[in-house]
Amino acid sequence: MAKYLLLKHYRGAPAAVNDVPMDQWTPEEISAHVQYMNDFAARLEKTGEFVSGQALAPEGVWVRYDGEGRPPVTDGPFAETKDVIAGWMIIDVDSYERAVALAGELSAAPGAGGKPIHEWLELRPFLAESPTTTECPHR
Amino acid sequence: MDEALLRSLTPSVLTVLVRRGADFAAAEDAVQDALVQAISVWTADPPRDPKGWLVTVAWRKFLDARRADDARRRREDRLDEEPAPGPAPAVDDTLQLYFLCAHPSLTPSSAVALTLRAVGGLTTRQIAQAYLVPEATMAQRISRAKRTVSGVQFGRAGDVATVLRVLYLVFNEGYSGDVDLAAEAIRLTRQLAAQIDHPEVAGLLALMLLHHARRAARTAPDGSLVPLAEQDRGRWDTASIAEGVEILQAALARDRLGEFQAQAAIAALHADAPTAEETDWVQIVEWYDELVRLTDSPVVRLNRAVAVGEADGPRAGLAALAALNDELPRHTAVAAYLHERDGDLATAARLYAEAAHKASNLAERDHLTRQAARLNARRRR
Repeated sequence: MAKYLLLKHYRGAPAAVNDVPMDQWTPEEISAHVQYMNDFAARLEKTGEFVSGQALAPEGVWVRYDGEGRPPVTDGPFAETKDVIAGWMIIDVDSYERAVALAGELSAAPGAGGKPIHEWLELRPFLAESPTTTECPHR
Repeated sequence: MDEALLRSLTPSVLTVLVRRGADFAAAEDAVQDALVQAISVWTADPPRDPKGWLVTVAWRKFLDARRADDARRRREDRLDEEPAPGPAPAVDDTLQLYFLCAHPSLTPSSAVALTLRAVGGLTTRQIAQAYLVPEATMAQRISRAKRTVSGVQFGRAGDVATVLRVLYLVFNEGYSGDVDLAAEAIRLTRQLAAQIDHPEVAGLLALMLLHHARRAARTAPDGSLVPLAEQDRGRWDTASIAEGVEILQAALARDRLGEFQAQAAIAALHADAPTAEETDWVQIVEWYDELVRLTDSPVVRLNRAVAVGEADGPRAGLAALAALNDELPRHTAVAAYLHERDGDLATAARLYAEAAHKASNLAERDHLTRQAARLNARRRR
C-alpha cells in the first residue's frame, strides 16, 4: 500500500489538450465537470482507496517568522508565481500503476464541449512513515 | 476487560458461525457487533465462558440482522427453525479463515485489512488508524474484500504461501496508531503456527521474533534510525531472540528450506554476535546464496552485496553491486556505504545525498542525509 498525492494546478502545469478556461464553458459543462469529480471521489471511497481531497482558493499570501516578539511578516500574493495549486486528492493504492491509472481517469474530467480536458496532473508519492524492517536485514 | 483474550477468540467464534451455516460476510459483521458489545459489557460483568458468550451473542446478532433483512425483502424467516446454539466446540479450525482472508483474488491491501479484522479481531477504526486512512474508506475496503471472497467455498484448503505474504506485509508495513501491527503480526503468525505444521510458517515466526527483538535498539530517542552495527545490543530482547532461534532450529532440522527460514537464519546470525565486529559474515553470505537460489530476488542480491562487502572487503562488495541494476531501491545507499568503507569519502558523501533524495520513507531519508552531512563535515576538517 502506498499513498499518493494527485495535484491539480491553476497555473504551472503543461498545457492541457482541451485547454479552454472554465469561465468560457457553458454552465452545463461546468456542472458535468463538477459531477465527474464528485463521482470520481465517491467511487474511490467505495473501492477503499480514498484518503482525502480539497480544493484551494487561487490566491494566498506568503508568511515568515520575523524575530522574537515581532508579528510574522506577510507578503504577496505575487502575480508572477509560476506554480499555483488548485487542489489535491490523496489516494491509498496497491501499486504505482494503479495510481497512474486513477490519475489518468481524473484527467479525463469533461471540460469545454463536454470533451475530456486531458489536464496534466502531478502525481507524487508520500514518504512512508516507517521503514520496512526485514527488507533491510542489516538494520 | 481482557482485550487480548477477546481478540484471540475472534477467529474461532467466527468459524463457529460459518460452520453453522451463516455466510462469511454476515457472520463477520455479527462477530464485530458482538465484540463491540463485549467491550462495553464485560468490564462490569465478565462471563465465565467468554467464547460461549461471544458465540451466543454473535449468533443472536446474526439472526437479528438476517431477520431484518428478510423482513425487508418480505421473505419467510426459516432461520427461526435453526437449532439454538449449543456449547462451542473445544477444537476449532481457524486455519480456514486465514486462507479465506488471504485469498489470491484479493489485493494485498484488502487481504491485510480483512485478516486484521476477521482473524485479528481489530475494529475497522483501529485498522483505519493503523494505515492512516479514513474509517469510511477502510470500511469500504473490508466490505469489498468480503464481497470478493463471498463465492469462495469455506473449508477449502488454500496456499500457505499467500497467508504468509499477508502476515509478512502486516509485520513490515506497520505505521503508528494505538495498535502495534508488528506485535499483531507476530500474534497472528504464532496462532497460525499452532494450527499448521509447516517449516515456512515457523520460519516466518522466527524471522519476526528476531527482528522484533531489535526494535527498541533500532531507533534513537529522537526517532532517528540506528544502524545494526551501532545498536546497543544490551537493549535487544534476549527472550524474543531465544524463542526465535529455537523455533528456527526446529524448522531447519526438517530440511525443507524456504525463504523465510533463510531470512531468519541471517537474522539469527546477527542476533548471535556479541558485537558487530564478531558477526559471522561468511556464514551470512552463504545464507544469501541460498536465498538467491530460492527467490532470485534483486533485493536479496542487493543485501547480499552488503554482506559480501563485510566478509571479503568493500571492493568485493562493490564488485557484487556492479552486477546489479542501479535502479533498484537502496542501490545508491548500499554503494555509498561500500565507498565509505573503501575510504572514498567524497564519492560516499555524494552517493549518500543522492540516496537520500531517492529514499521512500522519512526515517531512511533523514538517516542518509545525516550520513552525507557527517562525511562532508569530516572532509572539511
